[in-house]
Amino acid sequence: MVEVLKEGFYDSIQDLGRFGYQQYGVPVSGVMDTYAATFANSLLGNEVKEAVMEITMTGPKLKFHCHTTFCISGANLSPCLNNMPIKMNQIVRVTDGDMLSFGKHMDGLRSYLAVFGGFQTEIIYQSKSMYQGITNHFKINKNDLLSISENTAFFNKKHASIKRNDSYLNTKVISVFKGPEFDQLSENQIKALFSKEFSISKHHNRMAYQLEQPLENHLEPIITSLVMPGTVQLTPDGKLIVLMRDCQTTGGYPRIFQLEESSMNVLSQKFTGQTIRFKWVQP
Amino acid sequence: MSFQLTFKPYGNRSILIEWPSIISETILEDIIHFKRAISEKKIKSIVELKTAYNSLLISYNTVCRNFENEVDLLKSIYNSSRFHNDSLSVLWKIPVCYDDSFGIDLKDISNSIGLSKSDIIKLHSNGIYTVYFIGFLPGFLYLGGLVQSLYVPRKSTPRLNVEKGSVAIGGNQAGIYPNESPGGWHIIGNSPISFFDVTKKIPCFANSGDKIVFVPVSFKEHQNIKISVEAGVYNIESEAMDG
Repeated sequence: MVEVLKEGFYDSIQDLGRFGYQQYGVPVSGVMDTYAATFANSLLGNEVKEAVMEITMTGPKLKFHCHTTFCISGANLSPCLNNMPIKMNQIVRVTDGDMLSFGKHMDGLRSYLAVFGGFQTEIIYQSKSMYQGITNHFKINKNDLLSISENTAFFNKKHASIKRNDSYLNTKVISVFKGPEFDQLSENQIKALFSKEFSISKHHNRMAYQLEQPLENHLEPIITSLVMPGTVQLTPDGKLIVLMRDCQTTGGYPRIFQLEESSMNVLSQKFTGQTIRFKWVQP
Repeated sequence: MSFQLTFKPYGNRSILIEWPSIISETILEDIIHFKRAISEKKIKSIVELKTAYNSLLISYNTVCRNFENEVDLLKSIYNSSRFHNDSLSVLWKIPVCYDDSFGIDLKDISNSIGLSKSDIIKLHSNGIYTVYFIGFLPGFLYLGGLVQSLYVPRKSTPRLNVEKGSVAIGGNQAGIYPNESPGGWHIIGNSPISFFDVTKKIPCFANSGDKIVFVPVSFKEHQNIKISVEAGVYNIESEAMDG
């Protein structure tokens, strides 16, 4: 059991998402940064699809009520065990009563806490991903008790580290495919999209990232059609909106790009004011 | 099936199929038939088939290495399928209470389109609506079939909180808010029915191609139905329809 002593800015339990229910209007959900989440799970020996805690910007304070192991990956939010700094991307052993807290935000935006065996929260439509209206809890609150498995097995610390490439936390490059309405863009629009840098506006969350700089636009809305996480929409007043994991299933704005999966991870770690640049996916 | 379709890659693991950019029941039927024909092939790599007014999105569980091959297969399914007159659509009778306590925008609409409240209720509840698809929110049905005299532009500022079950109209569309949410349509009544139920294996009772009629009920009846719905003993009245 993990007890939430203090809640963070926005934390939720996520796995790789809820598939097969978009036809009923249910968002896919799931971890924003699949690279970090699957890395943390793999290091623990979990299946990559196990549910992890997605921690945004300022972390919670958690108390473990059993012996187990965990691993933190993604953004570095200065994790501490019993007030002593611990390393990212390595297996940490805890005993009953140990306290995990977070401090200064060093890089990235979203950190992932994987525990041995995964978080055992409610399963709705084959997924533990929290989403308002689908799961009973849509975020982690103070006093929540989260069920986890005990792990008292011996483990050799020497084997418990692995090289990891964290350069994606600092790249500006977002790789894109053509979206269904890309061919309706003018030459000038296309030139602007690939020559300018765009910054992340303050409107960004699990549903969407809005970009700050508008694009001169003449495109009309489309008849409501299908969208997916990673779709870049262009609104009539020229706003660029990148849809993220909790996005709606349908939308009426022209879809100009579709992000490559790995670029979803890159964007998930960006916050207000940081810049990105679009590039075609390399074949 | 005889429309000129376009096939586009959408990302690297989905294919978007598009029909002409118009909203029509003929296109809806064609989409439903094509979707069913693909489902019947039980292609293992397909994760989900999703539809909207004039599109069908096919998502695969892996990256499509050869887009042209997948498209050729889909085209052959489309061209070899015949229209069966065996559509399985259902007519759902949805109770709606148009009481002033629910129909909070009835007065404003009445002023702006120059029809009395009872005329608006009559026109709304006399219509037969077609379910085009489910989107926007879990369980939100995109309904076609609103009479032209009830076309009202959407509210210029959306409400932050629209009550669950709110029956609304906006532009040429009609709908019901399945859960509390923000919304820019005009609210004319409330239905005690659940349009999205996570406790059910399939969360929505309605499917694309089904029909909906709204049956006016009193405030008292609304409350009674709501109690039965919450107790899980309410059965929505429905009729099977011939194709």
